[in-house]
Amino acid sequence: MENRAIFSGRLLAPLLVLPQLAVSLIFFYWPAAQALWQSFLVQDAFGLSTEFVWLENYVALLKTPEYYHSIGVTFVFSTLVVAFSLAIGLLLAVMANRNIKGVQIYRTFLIIPYAVAPAVASVLFIFMFQPGLGMIARALQRAGIDWNPVLNGNHAMILVVIAAVWNQISYNFLFFLAGLQAIPKSVIEAAAIDGARPWRRFWTIVFPLLSPTTFFLIVVNITYAFFNTLGIIDTATEGGPNAATQTLVYKVFQDGKAGADLGSSAAQSVILMIIVIVLTAVQFRYVEKKVHY
Amino acid sequence: MVEHRRFGNLLPHIVLLIGVAIVAFPVYLAVIGSTHNDVVISNGQMPLYPGSHGIETYWKTIVSGTGKTTREPVGSMLISSLIMAVGIAVGKIAISIISAYAVVFFSFPFRMTTFWIIFVTLMLPVEVRIFPTYKIASDLHLLDSYSGLILPLIASATATLLFRQFFMTIPKELVEASKMDGAGPIRFFFDTLLPLSMTNIAALFVILFIYGWNQYLWPLLITTRDDMQTIVIGIKKIIDVKDALTEWSVAMATAVLAMLPPVAVVVLMQRLFVKGLIETEK
Repeated sequence: MENRAIFSGRLLAPLLVLPQLAVSLIFFYWPAAQALWQSFLVQDAFGLSTEFVWLENYVALLKTPEYYHSIGVTFVFSTLVVAFSLAIGLLLAVMANRNIKGVQIYRTFLIIPYAVAPAVASVLFIFMFQPGLGMIARALQRAGIDWNPVLNGNHAMILVVIAAVWNQISYNFLFFLAGLQAIPKSVIEAAAIDGARPWRRFWTIVFPLLSPTTFFLIVVNITYAFFNTLGIIDTATEGGPNAATQTLVYKVFQDGKAGADLGSSAAQSVILMIIVIVLTAVQFRYVEKKVHY
Repeated sequence: MVEHRRFGNLLPHIVLLIGVAIVAFPVYLAVIGSTHNDVVISNGQMPLYPGSHGIETYWKTIVSGTGKTTREPVGSMLISSLIMAVGIAVGKIAISIISAYAVVFFSFPFRMTTFWIIFVTLMLPVEVRIFPTYKIASDLHLLDSYSGLILPLIASATATLLFRQFFMTIPKELVEASKMDGAGPIRFFFDTLLPLSMTNIAALFVILFIYGWNQYLWPLLITTRDDMQTIVIGIKKIIDVKDALTEWSVAMATAVLAMLPPVAVVVLMQRLFVKGLIETEK
């Protein structure tokens, strides 16, 4: 990069970076800094005076059982979403990587969920799982299951997990397929000559060679489950019933909307920021590795 | 493949067909739902084939609105969504390509500092800094405006990084040849760099259009007027899972309309989409 600077434009170059710098400073750095600053403040009940209280908001937050409940919900939700969407994506990619007819048509269908907004995906599944009228809800009720996501927390969790997994399959499928296609055929042929059957070849050769892709996808999927699923939860359950589907991001959203405790809401945001920064840093380490090898 | 299988490729076909069924069934059901009347749907008697109320439902959904609620018709929401999605895609590409151009091809003071300031914005999705961002937008009188919908969402470095990576593969000789022909930096940009970047721009446009169209949280907060709402947030107000009076046919028609543009873009521009997806995420 150092030798490329060919034009010298002391006037033009700053003008070219100005729009992006301005947008970043106003809508990124300024709000992030404000969240950080507010997380150290306590406001009185009328919003008239504020006091700097160091980490008191964080300490108070970590003392509330609701916060731990929300951490638990986030953990269960993300684990299920990441595990199922990766497993299904990988299975479909392995099958689509075979030299079979019609792969293009399968692929075209399988990328559709990526284009569907999380909130809209949620609506599609509400329509199937709504007690009394949804096709699958009625089938479940006929089978003797008292299906009701509006009242039953576990059912609500299952509903949002299914919608989130469906929404994320395309992404994992495409990245696994790209990863599989990058594995040299000769490696697999060599193993076949050595007498390894397909099942064994997959677990001893293909899967290990795929591990950078898998690792990258785990990080991206955790980020997805944490942040991009807010539309799904808001549309299907609004975090309920009894906060059974209230993830950390949804809690920030609800607390902030209620507008009660600015400091606590800011502290929650800052904790989430730290989580994303760690995830992004991990992701970049992976990219660097891929560049080197 | 390596060995011949006796049963051909039966297994992959079966697995992929099940996959396609899982992916397509919810979408199919929404399309079917939008063609039946609410009574049939509410009784749980909806058949798996299309009904005869399609035209009526879509007319009601897009143009006239419904009597039962005071809700706006979806037509104006579609326009808001379109303006927002195109605005985000064009805006982000425009500010990113010129800043990447400056960072790669110019020497100027604080060049690397600039690059890092932009790079760090990759870190935080808008969800985690949502309320302070909302406060700033409101202080700047951006509520219920298209600039308010668009600007905060283009503050991210993904596109800049992609252009930077691409520009760095452009041979130095090309720039020198262009300079020898007497081209200044602006002419080099428009005559050489921009035409070379067209595939990347198109791929980014596809990804960013979908990203913009599917936004949820930000438009939810920044719009208060019904006619500024995007379709993705409008749909929530039609559905109330606790209310038996939900107009399901209208809800499904709205879902279909909300899916149609991004799905069309992905399916029709599949190659650009896959390229854009895999390259922006690296």
